[in-house]
Amino acid sequence: MTIDVKFFASLRERVGRGDARVETAGPVAVEEVWRQCTGQAMPANVLMAVNLEYVQAGYPVHDGDEVAFFPPVTGG
Amino acid sequence: MQIEISESPFSPWQRMEAHRQQSALAGKYGATAVFVGSMRDFNEDDAVSAMRLEHYPAMTEKYLHELAAQAMQQWPLLDVLLVHRVGEVQPDDTIVLLAVWSAHRADAFAACRHLMEELKSRAPFWKQETLRNGRQRWVEKNTPG
Repeated sequence: MTIDVKFFASLRERVGRGDARVETAGPVAVEEVWRQCTGQAMPANVLMAVNLEYVQAGYPVHDGDEVAFFPPVTGG
Repeated sequence: MQIEISESPFSPWQRMEAHRQQSALAGKYGATAVFVGSMRDFNEDDAVSAMRLEHYPAMTEKYLHELAAQAMQQWPLLDVLLVHRVGEVQPDDTIVLLAVWSAHRADAFAACRHLMEELKSRAPFWKQETLRNGRQRWVEKNTPG
């Protein structure tokens, strides 16, 4: 299955790209998507969203989902 | 209810008055609570010359619409106007305008405060500052409300 991944702000610079596409054999946890994209364990303080909704690190990701990783938000 | 992401500078006062005039609020509201957030030229003891505001467009829009809709359920609000800037921002530019209309002040005050605190802690925007010495840095966290 195919998962689209986005990185924002300082995390985009840290990872070195804004978008990625991950292929997996079946549903995986969000933190596993990070590991497959970066080859590393997910650092603390990373926020995650699946299909535009906040989720926790263990949330299962399915085929066609959009996953986003970003640092603490600083708008307003 | 109106939510807008603005890529160019805007006057919060003109936007608020235009919204009020074109709405059906006249005679219905007794209270307008307004928050305007502006860009400072200093942060953490450093002089700041410019800022870039990045966001996650689809999620920002969805989050802000749901947030405002939820506030309109929680308080008897007549209307909400929220305009948030993205892109290149200069000191004194408005970053966010939030106006809340209700019959009585308690609801307008409470909802305005709630909406701003939720926006600042959850809406996917990020600030990158350019300091006067030319260095760029991401703002790591918002100051407590």
